[in-house]
Amino acid sequence: MTKMRYAEALNQALREEMLRDPTVFLFGEDIGRYGGVFKVTRGLMEEFGQSRVRDTPISEQALAAMAVTASMTGTRPVLEIMYADFMPLVLDALINQASIYEYLWKDVSMPFVLRTQGGGGAGAGAQHSKSLDSLVAHIPGIKVVAPVTPADAKGLLKSAIRDRQPVVFLEHKLLYNLRDDVPDGDDVLVEIGKARKVTEGRDVSIFATSRMVLESQKAAELLEKDGISAEVIDLRSLRPLDIETVTQSIAHTHNAVVVNEGWRFCGYAAELSATIMEQCFDDLDAPVARVTLPDMPVPYSEPLEMAVLPNAAKIADAVRSTLK
Amino acid sequence: MKNSPSIDERLEMHRRMIVVRTLEERLGELHKAGKTRGPIHRCDGQEAVGIGATAMLSDADFITSTHRGHAHYIGKGLKVEGVTAEILGRETGYCGGRAGHMLIGDPSKGMIGGNAIVGASIPAAAGMALSIQVRGGSEVAMCFFGDGAAQTGICHESMNMAGLWRLPMVFVLEHNQFGLTVHHSVQSPVENLSMRGAGYAIPSEIVDGNDVVAVYRAVSAAVERARRGEGPTIIEAKTYRIEGFSTSDMGGYQKEEDLIAWKERDPIRISQLSLLEAVGKAKLDEIEAAAVAEVDKSVEDALAAPLPTFSVFQQTSPYAKAV
Repeated sequence: MTKMRYAEALNQALREEMLRDPTVFLFGEDIGRYGGVFKVTRGLMEEFGQSRVRDTPISEQALAAMAVTASMTGTRPVLEIMYADFMPLVLDALINQASIYEYLWKDVSMPFVLRTQGGGGAGAGAQHSKSLDSLVAHIPGIKVVAPVTPADAKGLLKSAIRDRQPVVFLEHKLLYNLRDDVPDGDDVLVEIGKARKVTEGRDVSIFATSRMVLESQKAAELLEKDGISAEVIDLRSLRPLDIETVTQSIAHTHNAVVVNEGWRFCGYAAELSATIMEQCFDDLDAPVARVTLPDMPVPYSEPLEMAVLPNAAKIADAVRSTLK
Repeated sequence: MKNSPSIDERLEMHRRMIVVRTLEERLGELHKAGKTRGPIHRCDGQEAVGIGATAMLSDADFITSTHRGHAHYIGKGLKVEGVTAEILGRETGYCGGRAGHMLIGDPSKGMIGGNAIVGASIPAAAGMALSIQVRGGSEVAMCFFGDGAAQTGICHESMNMAGLWRLPMVFVLEHNQFGLTVHHSVQSPVENLSMRGAGYAIPSEIVDGNDVVAVYRAVSAAVERARRGEGPTIIEAKTYRIEGFSTSDMGGYQKEEDLIAWKERDPIRISQLSLLEAVGKAKLDEIEAAAVAEVDKSVEDALAAPLPTFSVFQQTSPYAKAV
């Protein structure tokens, strides 16, 4: 085990995979000499050269389309889209291109990774704070993962690069400085499609994504003081969803609260609630509760932004209402 | 002249153009008879571009196509029986009926692939060229796109990166004068769209898109340039879409005098006249009859072939349920 920051863990994953496989290459805005605005690619251009670590023009739409076809023709591109808010520009590549080819043509694979970061809390305003998980998780044929810990950041990114299918890799701007243990070794992978039980509990299951896992952990601590035992599950993989871990947890606690930083209407939390309702109806003691961003832009000023973001207090309240 | 096709190559291009033209005509008839599904985008009059621009490529080279791709498919070496069967939605089609006429792909032939989002073929080829460059390969990627697609933002983004990184690719701008029903003069302030190459340090050339030999010469020089690592080229092939946008187009927006003038310059006629002296009429008649028979047989076989049965493709759709 080595303690490192989330951003360093990602850097290490990229470096190790580039050393292991010469067809892995990185491209994106400011990722070369500058090392990326979140410093994830620091030092890699110096080590691997400008062919494999490319600074690009500000052309998200073409970059994403190029990642799709570069991956079909012998390379494993990792594209960085600076903010998830720019993801609408890449949706044609995901929806109309990447998601159809393997079904239509069968003998193709598309091993590309699209890394981006989202989420609020940094005062970045309405065009730099969104979580658009639902938009990408909606698309058949695309995998979507969202690691919270440095260990998962590294293990999931390595798995994503080695995957034969497109993976959208969602980071969070407030996680990059998080420091924690990361297992040593080049081949420590985290399997895509497996959730992680963060805390054991008996009364309620809280299913959370990305940074909301940390808020859910804090909520569990608050609830413990009221004598409520909450089980926190980090989904890690939004698609495919580890439905087995979800159903087992509900069979144990009989109550569910889902937490996602995206919008509420037609959002990831809505999908998760509906899936739970379909598969666990007989095990549930109460309707599934959702904690999400309200259906509105993320405001700038601190008290306004804090008012809309889901947090531990809101999650704890949702649990209390569920258990009433 | 350097980069000129041999007589054998010209005969093969001639044959392929007739295969495509016959296919288009049969598809028109099948559509009228209610035997096809959805819109079909015929490329009558544009055969010389797709056939001439692909004739010098190998299976290892990549091309990306548009929603009007039949000449590109045949040019890249796909068999007409697989193309016809795919268009008729049969199990025996290139994609087992899953793709239809706009989205045919055959990675083993470097045909990846048809694309029905206007403009999307352009970054697709740029991505392939990027992959070639990163791997240090010697293949070339080629995109076909029309004057309509030249107006999309993604065209500019792709050309910019291709010029910047000297990607091994060729832009084949199939200028057929129309974006659906709207004439190019209503879509762009410039007549020669290839002049935009100057803005991206990409050399360009305008060719007679109805002369298959002219297309071949210009494109093969561009292909060689790309293989030498000297970067991309834009070839603007001036041509004309003789039929409507698709089989459901009611027409009425193309000038009669333009149609007459362009039919005079039919690419197959130009090819015939240029080959007549070299090989004689009997040889041409033989090639033409064989090409027509091949297409007719492909239609007959496709109509007799089984329709596919549905199954969920779990590999990319783990949540899909059988209906």
